[in-house]
Amino acid sequence: MSLKVVVDWDLCQDHGQCAFAAPEIFEIGEDGRMHVLIEEPDESLRSKVEDAADVCPVQAITLEG
Amino acid sequence: MAQGRPGAQRVLVVGAGMAGLRSAEGLRAHGYADEILVVGDESWAPYNRPPLSKEALHGDLSHDKLVFRVRANASDVTWRHGVSATSADLAARTVTLSDGETMSYDALVAATGVSARRLQIPGPPQTAAGRRHVIRTLDDAIALRAALVPGAKVVVLGAGFIGCEVAATAVKLGCVVHCVAIDPFPMVRPLGPGLAAELQRRHEERGVVFHLGVGVAEFVGDHYVTDVVLTDGTRLETDVVLEALGSHCNVGWLEGNGLDLADGVRTDTALRPWRRAGALDGVAVVGDLARFPNLRFDERPLRVEHWSIPTDTGRRAGAVLAAYLSGEGYDDVVSATWEPLPSFWSDQFDIRLQSYGMPGLADPDGIRVLEGDLHDECVVGYHRGDELVGVVGVGMLRVVNTYRDRVGHPTPA
Repeated sequence: MSLKVVVDWDLCQDHGQCAFAAPEIFEIGEDGRMHVLIEEPDESLRSKVEDAADVCPVQAITLEG
Repeated sequence: MAQGRPGAQRVLVVGAGMAGLRSAEGLRAHGYADEILVVGDESWAPYNRPPLSKEALHGDLSHDKLVFRVRANASDVTWRHGVSATSADLAARTVTLSDGETMSYDALVAATGVSARRLQIPGPPQTAAGRRHVIRTLDDAIALRAALVPGAKVVVLGAGFIGCEVAATAVKLGCVVHCVAIDPFPMVRPLGPGLAAELQRRHEERGVVFHLGVGVAEFVGDHYVTDVVLTDGTRLETDVVLEALGSHCNVGWLEGNGLDLADGVRTDTALRPWRRAGALDGVAVVGDLARFPNLRFDERPLRVEHWSIPTDTGRRAGAVLAAYLSGEGYDDVVSATWEPLPSFWSDQFDIRLQSYGMPGLADPDGIRVLEGDLHDECVVGYHRGDELVGVVGVGMLRVVNTYRDRVGHPTPA
């Protein structure tokens, strides 16, 4: 089963907390904006993505699958 | 250690907010597979509260938009909304609920959080109809939003983060906003006078009128407030009063069990309630309610009403209680290092504040601008002696984020 990281970019305010919780998946770019590095991560990264979703102040991150 | 009893175990979580949810998820994440029952006094499934004083007041204020997504592993948790705990017998391991039922448990999570504090001054009813609002719950926010119409005269009592956020939002909605506080500057207790005075200036520039160093003498009106009279004699005509005066802890149901309930519930670093006779196994206190020592800073137990704490304490409680119930590795889990980094943010007009650590622990002369310009974007450092105990960014999000790992003195991994 493959996972899919979905970010609601209308909600995202570039707080950057996801990049601390899951640096494998999320990065604060040079432009200060959030970027998703791996949109379909391996199952082994599930809890990391869930951690990142938890700490998003605006709850913009969803994990599908 | 848990008594190995036949049949399924039950964890009872009292409080169905963010901390209760994160505790349930934490239990599942650490392998606990039996029953989890969460009871909460609100009618809503757990939702994100910070937007209530910010964008939700002028945007889409629906539960759908605010509700937390529940992790897949916690989809089988049982929720009972609209029910509160009235008492607990921690020796007998039972909790009595407002519907009269007494529930037994194998482990208990106390996640009842805080309620908005009210001014104890006589006057019209403390209701929306009485024009006296608080903002803690979604229902509070729905009532307040209906009153924040263009031209409405709003009096915000209290100039902490919530008061200042609502003041900013109300100005944006076209209201006329007065903000009253006994403090010399808005948000001065956490931020210190330098940054607080600068933020006051920015709020004033955008239309908020402050009345500082004064209190409320009287609410005028029979069925609803028409005027607020301040202790310096100022009389403010008003359509809406918001009491944003901090909180009190919902600990009444825990009384009579020998716990230290002086300010929330005092715990150890495993979030077990402190008692004179020793920490109480099988019970965890989470979220706003937990007064826990954080050795990143010092051994003094502190309650931290920051947004990051329900998640940190919920995960910790999940690990501790799962080990307690399985009897496997409990002592190791309890003694493991746990030093969460408190974090919060605040949006006021175009100003984004981001904080890490405990700025309030700083020495009065230990606050200085580390980067940038106080009158523009900056990072302010809060020091206790030589130690950086907190940072606050005004804008400069990327820069303040680089200070995350420098706050406090975390135990080396």
